[in-house]
Amino acid sequence: MGLSAETDQTYVTRPLRSCKTRRMPSLPRDLKFPHRHLLGIEGLSPLDIAALLDLSEEAIEVSRQVEKKRSTLRGRTLINLFFEASTRTQSSFELAGKRLGADVMNMSVATSSVKKGETLVDTAMTLNAMRPDIIVVRHAQAGAVHLLAKKVDCSVVNAGDGAHEHPTQALLDALTIRRNKGCVSGLVVAICGDILHSRVARSNILLLSALGARVRAVGPSTLLPAGIERMGVEVYRDMRGGLDGADIVMMLRLQRERMQGGFIPSAKEYFRFFGLDEEKLRFAKPDALVMHPGPMNRGVEIDSSVADGAQSRIREQVEMGVAVRMAVLEALAQHLPNG
Amino acid sequence: MKALTSASIAHQPLALVNARLIDPAEETETLGGVLIIDGQIRDLGASVVPANLPPYARVVDCAGDCVAPGLIDMRAFVGEPGAEHRETIATATAAAAAGGVTTILARPDTNPPVDEAAVVDFLLRRARDTGRVRVLPSAALTRGLEGEEIAEIGLLQQAGAVAFTDGARSIRNARTLRRAMDYAKDFDALIIHYAEDRDLAAEGVMNEGEYASRLGLAGVPREAEAIILDRDLRLVNLTGARYHAALVTTTLSLDIIAKAKAAGLPVTCATSINHLTLNENDIGDYRTFLKLAPPLRREDERRALVGALACGLIDVIVSDHNPQDVETKRLPFAEAEDGAIGLETMLSAGLRLVSAGDLSLPRLLAAMTTRPAEILGLPQGRLKIGAPADLIRFDPDEPYVVDPAKLHSRCKNTPFDEARMEGKVKLTLVSGEIVFGIG
Repeated sequence: MGLSAETDQTYVTRPLRSCKTRRMPSLPRDLKFPHRHLLGIEGLSPLDIAALLDLSEEAIEVSRQVEKKRSTLRGRTLINLFFEASTRTQSSFELAGKRLGADVMNMSVATSSVKKGETLVDTAMTLNAMRPDIIVVRHAQAGAVHLLAKKVDCSVVNAGDGAHEHPTQALLDALTIRRNKGCVSGLVVAICGDILHSRVARSNILLLSALGARVRAVGPSTLLPAGIERMGVEVYRDMRGGLDGADIVMMLRLQRERMQGGFIPSAKEYFRFFGLDEEKLRFAKPDALVMHPGPMNRGVEIDSSVADGAQSRIREQVEMGVAVRMAVLEALAQHLPNG
Repeated sequence: MKALTSASIAHQPLALVNARLIDPAEETETLGGVLIIDGQIRDLGASVVPANLPPYARVVDCAGDCVAPGLIDMRAFVGEPGAEHRETIATATAAAAAGGVTTILARPDTNPPVDEAAVVDFLLRRARDTGRVRVLPSAALTRGLEGEEIAEIGLLQQAGAVAFTDGARSIRNARTLRRAMDYAKDFDALIIHYAEDRDLAAEGVMNEGEYASRLGLAGVPREAEAIILDRDLRLVNLTGARYHAALVTTTLSLDIIAKAKAAGLPVTCATSINHLTLNENDIGDYRTFLKLAPPLRREDERRALVGALACGLIDVIVSDHNPQDVETKRLPFAEAEDGAIGLETMLSAGLRLVSAGDLSLPRLLAAMTTRPAEILGLPQGRLKIGAPADLIRFDPDEPYVVDPAKLHSRCKNTPFDEARMEGKVKLTLVSGEIVFGIG
C-alpha cells in the first residue's frame, strides 16, 4: 500500500467526548504520524486515525479564527495534481495548504492527455524535479496515486484514485460523525447507493469499521461490488432494511452516466426505491444524521427536503473537509526533510 | 371482466356435480362435484351431490365429464396495444374462454412495448373492461425491448407486471442480461427469456437438417437455442435470479435444463403445444401456418420433449398464441411471419398426447395449470378448497374437426386447420362465473 510504518510512535490525543465503548489511552503530547504518504485508509491503525481526527479538531479552531494562518508549512511547496475535475476537494486542499503557510500550485491535467501509465510516471518525474514537498493527487484510475508515490521523493496524498480510496473524505466523514455523536464506535452507519463505483464508500467502510462502527452497504445488486460482504459490512438491497435503526445515513452520488439502463433502469426508479426522502429516512433512528460527500443530485439519490433538513450535516462536512486536510498536511509535514 | 360483473349470479352458489374431478397438483382423479360460492371453491369431492347443496344453488350435471382448473397460458400475444388488427383482448380472451384458458400472461412486445407503468395500467384496465378471462401483463425486461438497458422493473412490478421478458426477442448482450438478472433478483422478479442466438439463427426459417435442405430453406441449428440457454443458466448461477426458459424445443436444451435443476438453480422451462404435437414434416409443402420460432423440430426431438414433460423436466406447456393475419402468412415460406394461434386448441391438442398413452391427464393439466400458477405465484390453477373457482368442464373423448371459421381469434393461422381433435371444452368459469358454455 506504500504506507511505511517507520516507528512505533505514540500520539497525543484530545479527550474524546462521552465515548463509552472505546476510550483512547492518554498519551504523551508529542504527535508523530508514522507514515510518509497518505495513500488510503488501509494501512492506518485506529490510533493513526484518532490522531488525525484530534489534529483536525485543532484545525477547526484555527479555521474559525479571524487570523487563520499558521506557519507549519512555511516555505514548503504543495502541488495539487488533479487528473480529474474536482471543486471541493481541490479547493479545500488549496485552502488547507495556504492556511498552513505553504505555497500552493494547482495543476489540472486533462484526463485525455494523460492516459497511459508511462505518461503518468513522466509527469511525476517532471514534478519531482521541481522539488515539491507534498503532492496531492486525484486520478481516474485505481492505483495511479500509488504508482506516482513510488516515483517521487516528496509526500503524496491521495485525493481519490478511481473506485479505490478517498482517505481524506472518509476522515472528514468520521470527524463529522464524531463531533455530532461523541464517538464512532457502536454506531450503525448505512452507506447507500452506488457502492460499486465509489471510492468514498471503500474508504469509509475501512475507516468506520476500524473505529468500531457497524457499517452497512445499501443499494441495488447492480451497484454493489462482488464480495462486498467479505469487507466486513452488512449488505442490504432495500432501503427499509438498510436504514432500519441506522444512526448515520450516508448517501452516495450516482454519476449521471450511470443513471440510465446500464446499472439501474432510470433516475425515476432509482429515486423511488433508493433515493433518500423523508419517508425512507423515517426507517432510520429519529436522531439519525444525513450525510453526502457531494456534489448532490437532488431528486435522484436525495430529496431536497432531506438534504436541507434538520438532520442533514452535509454543509458541516464541507467545513470539516478543510480541517481534516490541514491535519493531514500537518501530520505529513513531520516527515519532510529538514522538518 | 364484463362477464363477471353480473352481481345476481355472483352470490348464487353454483355446483358442478357428477364430474370426474382432475386434481393436477395431486395427480388424482375422483368422482364428485365442486361447490362454488363467492367465486371460490367452497367444497369439493364425492360429498358434493345435489342432496347436500344449499337450497338456492344452481346445479350443473356434468354427466361424467372432466372438471379441472382452468388453464394458465404463460405465453400469448393479445394484440393490445398496437396490433389490434391481429388480435384484441376481447378476441383473445374469447378464444381463451372457448379453449378452457382462464389466465393469460400477455407478451410485452407490443407497440408501444410494455416498458412503462402506464402501459401496464392500460392493459389492466382493458382487460377489466373487455376481457372474458384473466389477463396478466408481463413487462419488458429491457427498455424498448432493445436488449441494452434494464427496464423499470420495480415500478412495472408495482403497477402489476407479474413477469419480465423481451417476448420474442433474445437478449444478445450477456452483460445486459447479467445486470438485469442482478437487478430483478432484488425485486424477486421472474425473468422469462426466449433463448435464441440471433447471429447463429440468422436467416434460418426452419429446423436445420435434411428436410430443410430438401425444401431448399435455410435452417436454424438446435445449437442456436442451446448456446444462449447455456449462457443464461450460467448467469443464473452467478446472480441467483429466478429464470424461466420461455420455449425449449431440443434435447440439447433439455440436457442443460436438467443439469441446472439438478444443481438446484431457480430455473423452470416451458415448451409449446406445437412442439409437443407437431414436427418439421408437418410443414409439408411450405405450410406457413407451421412456420414457428423456434422452428418445429424432428420427430425424435418431439418425442424427447413429450418424455421430458412426462417426467416433469419440462414444467409448463404454453400455447405460444401468435395471431398473424393473411397478409403476413400468405407469402413464400421464408418471407412469412412466424407464429400460430393456439389458445383455443391447446387443450385438445394436449389430449392427443394423453390418448396416445404418452402421459396421464393430470400430468398434462399440471403443466397447463398448477405449474404455471406456482411459477407466477398465483392462487388459481388448483383444484382445492379456497382457490379461485377458475374451472373448466370438458369431455376428453368428444370428437370434433377444427373449423378455422369458427375460431374466436381474430386471425385464423392455426396449424390444426381441419384437424380431427378430441376433447371439447363445454364450460369455462372464471371466479365462479360462466365465461363460456352453458351452465
